[in-house]
Amino acid sequence: MRPRHILVGTTLLVAIIFIFLPVVMLVLYSFQDGLVPVPPFRGFSLRWYEKVLSNRKLLEAMGNSVIVGGLSSTAATMLGFLAAYGLARSRPRGSRAIQYALMAPITVSYLIIGMGLLITFNGIGIERSLIAVGIGHVVINLPLCFAITYSQLGEHQANVERAAQDLGASDLQALLLITVPMLWPTLLAAYFIAFTLSWDEFVIAFLLSKFDVTLPVVIWNMLRSGLSPELNAAGTLVFTTSIALVIVVELLLVRGRRRG
Amino acid sequence: MSIARHQGGFKRWAPYPALLWTTLLFALPLAAMLAVSFTERGTGAFTIDNYVGFFTRSDGAFAAALVNSIEVTLIVTVVSIVLAYPIAYILAYHIPARWQRTLLVALILPFWTSYVIRSYSWLIVLSKNGIINQLLLWLGLFTEPVELGNSRAATVLGFVHFFVLLLTLTTYANLVQIKESYRKAAADLGASGMQVFLYVTLPLSLPGVAVGAFLTFVLAIGDYITPAILGGSRELLLPQAIMLQVTRTADFPFASALSMILMLVVTAAYLAFAKRLKMERV
Repeated sequence: MRPRHILVGTTLLVAIIFIFLPVVMLVLYSFQDGLVPVPPFRGFSLRWYEKVLSNRKLLEAMGNSVIVGGLSSTAATMLGFLAAYGLARSRPRGSRAIQYALMAPITVSYLIIGMGLLITFNGIGIERSLIAVGIGHVVINLPLCFAITYSQLGEHQANVERAAQDLGASDLQALLLITVPMLWPTLLAAYFIAFTLSWDEFVIAFLLSKFDVTLPVVIWNMLRSGLSPELNAAGTLVFTTSIALVIVVELLLVRGRRRG
Repeated sequence: MSIARHQGGFKRWAPYPALLWTTLLFALPLAAMLAVSFTERGTGAFTIDNYVGFFTRSDGAFAAALVNSIEVTLIVTVVSIVLAYPIAYILAYHIPARWQRTLLVALILPFWTSYVIRSYSWLIVLSKNGIINQLLLWLGLFTEPVELGNSRAATVLGFVHFFVLLLTLTTYANLVQIKESYRKAAADLGASGMQVFLYVTLPLSLPGVAVGAFLTFVLAIGDYITPAILGGSRELLLPQAIMLQVTRTADFPFASALSMILMLVVTAAYLAFAKRLKMERV
């Protein structure tokens, strides 16, 4: 029994070190009191965060990322939820085919989706811009939002909807007053997952933006000039934001499960 | 039922905005790309030169990039399976059930950072003064620091880091579904621990491994960021070659042809896997 425990413990420990090593280095050396983000650690300093927070380009890009993420996630969640609702409740002819069509973008790499949009926008004379980036992010997040909301639309809400309609509610009233309130943790979870992916997305943002760019693109440009604790600090901020969002999602889904 | 159908006007229309969006902004662009891939740059005349060019341009560098991509992706897939399986196995069978979810969530956390930041973090770890070099110097394995980034090994490492997590998830999800009674029955009939594993657990867990391996292959072969940051420019993978056509030469027809070839490889992988993939089990 004992050797097995040691084996299990060691394997898990090695796995955890492997998985967390880069993140720990990223965060630790964002506090480096020196010019390079590598050992030895020269002491604790917040100056790189000061630098990041006074870097106008970075702050602008952060704002752009929030706007692009916020709007594209709203659109993706609404479109995805409407589709899920329609398919779950009315089962139109060919609903299987519609489902496959809506999920299709998940099988294609971001690079190719971005290229396709770039070529199309070029062809019809649409300039590269943050709007174009947002459109691309809706394309990649729509399947996820659809799948998440579709999986949570069960018989339970359908019964309550029917009850509401028996009492005279219209389709739209039942949707807005019954389904949406019952489903809000799921909708918010879909929204935050879409936001996290948009917030982190680089390739589409890189291909489709021009003057105004999002945060990952600015970080990419900074990366060109080599390792720097400033990059660590920026990366740590991006990472922390993502993790905070994921924790919110986790809590929402747990809550949704308890309710559902 | 008939009442529902009469009232169903709104419900029936609800899926179409999303469908329209996906058609106009996903399917149509892909079709446009396919069309552009058969045109000559500048004139727009029909040609298959872009596909011929895949083999002939730059002394076959593009075909070589595809070969590199497939090699790297296969190595990544195999290494990730080998590393993920024991982790998933331990999680499923040697960790108390109430701790499993917490551990999984903890293991997945770094999964949520962007490729850019994750790759950059590895660059720090692998750099000449990075922690790996320090460790190897201290152990006496190296006599002087070596730049470990900008190599195929670094690309593989960056990918493996991500896909070990993915494969752990799909394998774990499969392992916890295997009924304990199967393993107990085998043991009761005299199978040793090793035999139970080889003849019961392992075969039953392969669908989860297959789904994870397929996702790994598809996601890794299409990724641009990891090889661009960690692999450097000595050896190009296909997504890097595609990006170069866009950013350096703005040769959209050729970039489109290369993208189509990449999609073809992914489709081929899907067809090869399709029979073995039982997505709903995971």
